[in-house]
Amino acid sequence: MNDMRPIERATALDDTKISAKGVNVHYGAAHALKDVSVDIGDRLVTAFIGPSGCGKSTFLRCLNRMNDTIPSARVTGRIEIDGQDIYDRRVDPVQLRAKVGMVFQKPNPFPKSIYDNVAYGPKIHGLARSRADLDVIVEKALRRAALWTEAKDRLQSPGTGLSGGQQQRLCIARAVATEPEVLLMDEPCSALDPIATAQVEELIDELRQSYSVVIVTHSMQQAARVSQRTAFFHLGNLVEYGETGQIFTNPRDPRTESYISGRIG
Amino acid sequence: MPLGWLLLLVLLIAAAGYVMGRRRALSGAGGDTRAMHSLPGAYGWNVAMAVLIPSLLLMAAWTAVAPSVIDRMVAPMVADQGDPALVMSDVRRVARGLVILDEGFDTIAAEGLRDRLASVGVAVGQDVSESTLAAAERYDILAARSSWLLTALTLAIAGGAAAWALRRTTPDLRARNEVERGIQGLLIAAALVAIATTIGIVLALIFNTIKFFQLYPATDFFFGLTWSPSFGGGSELGILPLIWGTLYISFISLLVAVPLGLLSAVYLSEYASHRVRAWAKPMLEVLAGIPSIVYGLFALLTVGPALLAVFGDGGLGWMDGGTAVMTAGLVMGIMLIPFVSSLSDDIINAVPQAMRDGSLGLGATPSETIRQVVLPAALPGIAGAVLLAASRSIGETMIVVLGAGAAAKLSLNPFEAMTTITAKIVSQLTGDQDFSSPEALVAFALGMTLFVVTLCLNILALWIVRRYREQYE
Repeated sequence: MNDMRPIERATALDDTKISAKGVNVHYGAAHALKDVSVDIGDRLVTAFIGPSGCGKSTFLRCLNRMNDTIPSARVTGRIEIDGQDIYDRRVDPVQLRAKVGMVFQKPNPFPKSIYDNVAYGPKIHGLARSRADLDVIVEKALRRAALWTEAKDRLQSPGTGLSGGQQQRLCIARAVATEPEVLLMDEPCSALDPIATAQVEELIDELRQSYSVVIVTHSMQQAARVSQRTAFFHLGNLVEYGETGQIFTNPRDPRTESYISGRIG
Repeated sequence: MPLGWLLLLVLLIAAAGYVMGRRRALSGAGGDTRAMHSLPGAYGWNVAMAVLIPSLLLMAAWTAVAPSVIDRMVAPMVADQGDPALVMSDVRRVARGLVILDEGFDTIAAEGLRDRLASVGVAVGQDVSESTLAAAERYDILAARSSWLLTALTLAIAGGAAAWALRRTTPDLRARNEVERGIQGLLIAAALVAIATTIGIVLALIFNTIKFFQLYPATDFFFGLTWSPSFGGGSELGILPLIWGTLYISFISLLVAVPLGLLSAVYLSEYASHRVRAWAKPMLEVLAGIPSIVYGLFALLTVGPALLAVFGDGGLGWMDGGTAVMTAGLVMGIMLIPFVSSLSDDIINAVPQAMRDGSLGLGATPSETIRQVVLPAALPGIAGAVLLAASRSIGETMIVVLGAGAAAKLSLNPFEAMTTITAKIVSQLTGDQDFSSPEALVAFALGMTLFVVTLCLNILALWIVRRYREQYE
């Protein structure tokens, strides 16, 4: 826990990127997320922590409407990105997901070459005008995901042949290639070893320069290391949300303190 | 004693052994089941097993071997009467017929015996000669002796085994472990029956194929362009027209089954709601439960005439009759739809949800996801499913017999009647046949060819499917 020193952080709430008000999610009869309201800042890393089943992943999946793919899920409340209600009838979830990228818990490269994995998003959204254009996009994305040096000589070999950490960075490159504005990461390091984790964390910190990043994590050290804001979820409620240093050193809610010190969860 | 009664007797001895073994073990332990190694029932089963295994083995071996031994002992008596196989079957029929006529060998005369036997429903191949009658008498005696010997031996073995097993039955005997071994043996035996049968079938095919190739040159068979068997001699037995017909019909059936089956599988696994899936999938699988002869009727009575109305003389004039490659291919394709769709459905479902999430999360639509991620991931498995479907359609018989016609032709027109390997096997073997002519034996060579082709397809398909499965599990 010695990593929880208050590092240099942007303390003022800058521009709000995502604003959620009174969000409720039901899976059939189960009430998974209860009346969550939160403002997520632009160009910041926001961490969602909490015990398993607390609703943090559910909330994350609300932000790009991935819950639409689960037939039994029902979302109510209001979520705005740049002031636009994303559950509005006029919003196309497919367009939205191009703007709000997602990286999943388990690395899930497509059974294609490394190049095609990264080029997948730009191709379906028509972001490249020519093959050369696409080459540039792919190289840029791989560089941003710190995978270029390892992958540049084997772009045509299958993405599934990479190591776990490389696969996850490939998935990040894939998400970055579509030029999203928000990057959602659902426990991106839970399947990785410590070295790969460190690489991904470094990457997250760099991505903050251009995106607003939301990361769900089980590791409190990780939340403390990479994020500027932390939200603590418990049993479907948002218990506490604030500046990361404050959450870890001086939590206001007794439940947050119990969780951080390992008494619940 | 008849075999059925003997079997019943052996079972009775085993049952008695079970009761006695159980009782003996219990009394040996003074009625205290805790002092025994195994549960009382295990001791009983142990004795029953000791009785059943050797006696059943003996009975099986005896019934398998005894008839041919008796035949060999009788055959020299009628060696001068022509084809030994035919004469021996007459001898057996006469021996059986006399029992039905209820007459002894000392009173009967060979004269007119054939007609008398025919009047009680026993057909004999040729007039009964004196030597045949004598052979039948000998046969009768030997059969009776064999039956008597079998009864005596079986009962002796059953009784001896029961006594031996009972003597061994003490509370310390590890009866439970012995029963376990017995169960294992039973399972192995069950597996062996299936394997042995397969090997037997393959051997029968191989030997008869070799016999065929001794009568008919293999190069003419494999490379001949004409199929015109005639039992009068001078037949041409080239397999190429049949292979062509088989492949053509299979090709058309796959052309129907693969797109329809695959698309319905995609719909069912990716788009259909639970409720639709719950009734649509069983409905589709009902198609798989329809016997192929019913599909054959459908081809003959519905599809054939319908095609004829469009492509026949009244329409485009490409088609002469209702039976054609197209008729059989279409109907067979319909038959294969559930086969392709349910296999592909399983394979598509085996593609991890993470793949779909990854693609949807990048802003792809469901159909883009399916086309670019799910289907490529499932492709090896789907290829395997298609190969399995192909090997089924190659082996399909009834639809072809009824729907494709009987003419062996090398033609490109799908509206012409053609025929397949399976259909020709049927026509070569129906009716009274002399199994030593190449025209009948060719059926085995055809069957062997078919077997090799489908075996290769199946192995290839299973190999592909398995290779693919390993990727995700």
